[in-house]
Amino acid sequence: MIPFDFKYYKPGTIEEATDIANKTLKKGKKIMYYAGGTEFISMARMHNIYTDAIIDIKGIPECNTHELKNNELTIGSTVTLTSIAEQNFFPLLSLTVERIADHTIQDKITLGGNLAGTIIYREAVLPLMVTDSDIVIANTYGKKRIPLKDIFDKRIQLQEDEMIVKVIIKEQFLSLPSIHVKRTKNEKIDYPLITIVALKDDIGINFAFSSICEYPFRSSSMENFLNDNSLPKDERIKKAIDNVPDKILNDISGSSEYRKFMFHSMLYEILTHFEEVN
Amino acid sequence: MLEISDSTIITLNVNGKDRKIVAKPSDILLHTLRKELGLTGAKPGCENGDCGACTILVDDWPIKSCLMLTVEAIGKRILTVEGLNDAPIQQAFVENWGFQCGYCTSGFLMVCHSLSKIHPNADEQTIQNWLQSNLCRCTSYDEIENAIKSILKWEVYYERTGRK
Ligand SMILES: Cc1cc2nc3c(=O)[nH]c(=O)nc-3n(C[C@H](O)[C@H](O)[C@H](O)COP(=O)(O)OP(=O)(O)OC[C@H]3O[C@@H](n4cnc5c(N)ncnc54)[C@H](O)[C@@H]3O)c2cc1C
Ligand code: FES
Ligand code: FES
Repeated sequence: MIPFDFKYYKPGTIEEATDIANKTLKKGKKIMYYAGGTEFISMARMHNIYTDAIIDIKGIPECNTHELKNNELTIGSTVTLTSIAEQNFFPLLSLTVERIADHTIQDKITLGGNLAGTIIYREAVLPLMVTDSDIVIANTYGKKRIPLKDIFDKRIQLQEDEMIVKVIIKEQFLSLPSIHVKRTKNEKIDYPLITIVALKDDIGINFAFSSICEYPFRSSSMENFLNDNSLPKDERIKKAIDNVPDKILNDISGSSEYRKFMFHSMLYEILTHFEEVN
Repeated sequence: MLEISDSTIITLNVNGKDRKIVAKPSDILLHTLRKELGLTGAKPGCENGDCGACTILVDDWPIKSCLMLTVEAIGKRILTVEGLNDAPIQQAFVENWGFQCGYCTSGFLMVCHSLSKIHPNADEQTIQNWLQSNLCRCTSYDEIENAIKSILKWEVYYERTGRK
């Protein structure tokens, strides 16, 4: 049971959604955009969040777009993880989302919810990072399309009235050689001990990581070391790990020492994979 | 724009029938089904999305009803175990001893029924992925797997022959 009452709005357009968000905020009330609702319900039930109103954006056609057109793959923010995996336009993204929560919950978790949620792993962002994807966000003044890297710093940096409308991935990336590796503490279905996504384009291998630090990231200095073919593999990996941008997570899933050990072996596996692909 | 502020009469389509109920935005679908509609087949377990005992179908796909608001279900087709009406999977559970205490059974039935309709030719990997959404404390896993596999074969047979 959710221990507080709130208003429920289900707009049919982006304008209606951002307008009601803006008006409610101006009255000094709290709002939350609502997509799959899995995080909202589980946290509200435990008193971990509060809101005066939720704005269910699943009725907005643009947020439900899922199409490959004009050399771009567009995925609306309310498209579910199941739908991404079933349509399978981008196999690396499919593999990643098929390992988030379990199959039934994937029928409800949305792409936008995973990117904007407060649970730190946000694994669906990794394939978007390695493909230099764009994101469209909206507020009362309208919509804008921006590179994901300009708005994703540790987490997506949105103002209270801003919502994610969709993400756009260039078609050229969809079929490039890539790999997804997720390790968990025990069970197959769990939050990650470490997840790594890597994709090889004509410049080198791009890497993105979840559950190494308290946020998902891509690091150009780590990529430079990992792509430096003049060094032996172990040394490239060691230098990359020395350049992790923040403290390595130390929690119930694994100590930071154990994560470092596992990180090394996963990177070794990935570099070997790409050598074999070559 | 749909706007609901307080307790309101809404219509839900459950097991093929439109049902009027009183609900407020913070109501969870699992509780509404059980308390307002008397459909106690969907079970409360963890109420946190982990166990699958509360699984129902929404527009043919399995959903954990503990993670869905009642008002979100407006305009959707809801199917609970009470609406299965002797579906092949129910007989298959009986024949394969797919339950012991039965607490998890309705959730597993809904997942298996949906899988048999959406992917009648499901491969091993797909079966594993779908079944891993539910827990059985009595560990009837092998028997449940046998049950779903037996009906997938039926479905393939039906599809190939056009005969039921
Ligand atoms: C049982 C369970 C297991 C999980 N396992 C994993 C895992 O293994 N890996 C992983 O990465 N994550 C995991 N998660 C986290 C999950 O992916 C996130 O909680 C995600 O937020 C849920 O998506 P949703 O659509 O249900 O979000 P909601 O609950 O609808 O929203 C979550 C948050 O995002 C905001 N939001 C949603 N959509 C938008 C939008 N379009 N624009 C702006 N803000 C928005 C909401 O306001 C809210 O703050 C798990 C969650 C659960 C419940
Ligand atoms: S009660 Fe819903 S998943 Fe456990
Ligand atoms: S039969 Fe008892 S929990 Fe599954």
